[in-house]
Amino acid sequence: MKKKKNLNLIIGGILAGAVLLLIIVGIFWLPYDPDAMNIDLKHAGSSWAHPFGCDNYGRDIFSRVMVGARTTLFVALGTVGIGAGAGILIGAFTGYFGGWFDEVMMRVIDALFAFPSILMALVVISLLGSGKYQVIIALGIAFVPSFARVVRSEYLKQREMDYVKNARIIGCGHLRTMFVHILPNILPVLIPTVMIGFNNAVLAEAGMSYLGIGVQPPDASLGRMLSEAQTFLFSQPLYALYPGLTIVILVLGFSLVADGWKER
Amino acid sequence: MAGNPQRKWFENRTEAVYMRKEHTMRQKRAKVLLMVVLSLALALTGCAGRRQGESTESQITIGIPQDIEDSLDPHKAVAAGTEEVFFNMYEGLVKPDSDGNLNPAIASDYDVSDDKKTFTFILREGVKFHDGSTVTVEDVKYSIERCADPEASTLVAAFTNIESVNVLDETTIEIKLKEPNADFLASMDTAIIPASNDDPDKVAIGTGPYKFVSHSPQESFIMEKFEEYWGQGAHIERIILKVTANVDSIVMNLNGGAIDMFARLTATQVSQLSNDFEVLEGTMNLVQALYLNNAAEPFNDERVRQALCYAIDKQYILDMTSDGHGTPIGSSMFPAFGKYYMPELADYYTKDIEKAKALLTEAGYPDGFSFTVQVPSNYGPHIEAAQVIAEELKAINVKAEIELIEWETWVSEVYAGRKFEATVVGLDASTVTASAMLLRFNTDNSKNFINYNNPEYDAAYARAESSIDEAERTAAYKECQQILTETAANVYIQDMAEFVAINKKYAGYEFYPLYVQDYSKLYIVE
Repeated sequence: MKKKKNLNLIIGGILAGAVLLLIIVGIFWLPYDPDAMNIDLKHAGSSWAHPFGCDNYGRDIFSRVMVGARTTLFVALGTVGIGAGAGILIGAFTGYFGGWFDEVMMRVIDALFAFPSILMALVVISLLGSGKYQVIIALGIAFVPSFARVVRSEYLKQREMDYVKNARIIGCGHLRTMFVHILPNILPVLIPTVMIGFNNAVLAEAGMSYLGIGVQPPDASLGRMLSEAQTFLFSQPLYALYPGLTIVILVLGFSLVADGWKER
Repeated sequence: MAGNPQRKWFENRTEAVYMRKEHTMRQKRAKVLLMVVLSLALALTGCAGRRQGESTESQITIGIPQDIEDSLDPHKAVAAGTEEVFFNMYEGLVKPDSDGNLNPAIASDYDVSDDKKTFTFILREGVKFHDGSTVTVEDVKYSIERCADPEASTLVAAFTNIESVNVLDETTIEIKLKEPNADFLASMDTAIIPASNDDPDKVAIGTGPYKFVSHSPQESFIMEKFEEYWGQGAHIERIILKVTANVDSIVMNLNGGAIDMFARLTATQVSQLSNDFEVLEGTMNLVQALYLNNAAEPFNDERVRQALCYAIDKQYILDMTSDGHGTPIGSSMFPAFGKYYMPELADYYTKDIEKAKALLTEAGYPDGFSFTVQVPSNYGPHIEAAQVIAEELKAINVKAEIELIEWETWVSEVYAGRKFEATVVGLDASTVTASAMLLRFNTDNSKNFINYNNPEYDAAYARAESSIDEAERTAAYKECQQILTETAANVYIQDMAEFVAINKKYAGYEFYPLYVQDYSKLYIVE
């Protein structure tokens, strides 16, 4: 029987791929210096030279979207890296061993969960100061609980399985059992979680920069651009539209990929 | 199963219970309904009552960029944003008007001796405090001595010069100075507060046209008309100041009707406003500059500071951020000061990249350097200016990294703590005297947050302050400005254009040569 085409995966791949391509091209080549101001091009509309037009300083919006998407992606990757990394470690140990360590860690995680993640991030920002790297750390910490929860519940299920017992019988150590035997088996659950976490991180970065505590001007990030475009929402709506659309496409793309992955 | 008697009994019983429950529930429902109807009726009459009240109680909601400080004590206010609001609640013996004149306020008359050392004030009769008590000479003496008290770190700088405050009779008070000071009168706009107030931090009692009602931190600050005001009272009954810290949402709040007025908008914001608003243009009466920490590397080198001055084109900043509105300035003084202001200093440094590079090389930075500019995140115009400056400095390989910080952090770290390299803000004058703009650059002045250190300047300033002769004093103050420009104490930019947007339902806004907002002049059109 012919396997049904996984539409979600294909469409999601195309959307996310398009933005990723834009970002990768942006690393090597940009149409203009994204920070270069030009007084003659203030609020210039779309043209062949500037397909997305120019902002209030005469900076090329297309170049800024390319750079901004890169910044946003970088922050999102860093956030998911910290969140998933720490989350997997905590989840694996607590789920695998259980006992009092599990109890204590889970209560700590519960406490972290009780705070809205943006609020958590704000606390960290107020301690570390604002900036790109601070946002990564702040959001990373805020993302740990959700990953830890998912991984722990998977480990709880898997540790009772026969293959795990077999691995122990043939003499595998605890660490080897946890990360070589069990971890690959929870990937089908973990990958969509990472994808969704990634999406949340993109949105959280945009939100933080929008509030002015993330990426610092004149650096571009999609959220920062949205925030700057807000003042011109009525006179130059396209300025807000482009970074906004880029966020939508990126997030939609990754959600579809995550969905498609589950269906596989 | 149906024949099981026990089961039957049980079912009956539950039915009975159920019925009873339903009965009580029906009763309850009726009761609830009655209550709803009653409360609705009450609420409706309440509404009607309030609506009638509203038509007589006029109000205006005004957006402010930062919260009012926690303390309601007028003598302790630091932020210009707090002082401009307190102007409506507190008054001094004299009060500046919109033309920059000092008019008698709590004092009905005053006399200055020829040697400029003795100032005598006659109290106006029947001036009331907000708590209903009458202002006495004792209150005046208390307020002035409170601000002159060196133990409380002298709240008003000019008051260090006071030798004694003497009550001559029930309506006359005399202030004797150690050194002659012709400008002293200007600092007599210091708020008079009642001596009986034990906690001026929390209880606000002044004599102004508006009295304090409530303050919700980060949200709003409400004032109400003071009915027993001695002079021409306010027109609008209730002033609601709403903290609108997010720069980008100000326009939306205005267009959406959440706020009726906002002072100090940028040209770009003004172009977004709907037709419901009257836009007035004035100047902000402050000195916007890239303030440099003169004690920090590399700005402790005069040549580096001059290099920055040569690299930055003031007019370009104006064109970029405000479509050319505003006045470029070259020293710590703005045009509203009239005779003290020196327009020629604005062109002292003209953009010259080669010269800037040469100066940097001479100072030992042939490849440029990088530094951090801290900008309060709630001031859009300063953030915009900082971005343009950063872009301009790239031409001489100087990398300015912008860091947005909260206003509260700016006050504690940059202004009070002096832990910064550079910052873009605007400094205002608290009184209509040149000293208000120049005193803070004296080497050991407590407000010298840029750590400016120049004995020549200190000497010129001391000469200005002690001279009785008007022309001599003006010349000395001008020399101070000249020194600031020549040594490039800071990169002076402009006195920003001030756009005030006010809903066409209201009118009467007046610009002051000081950083104040006079809400009592506002009135409702119709």
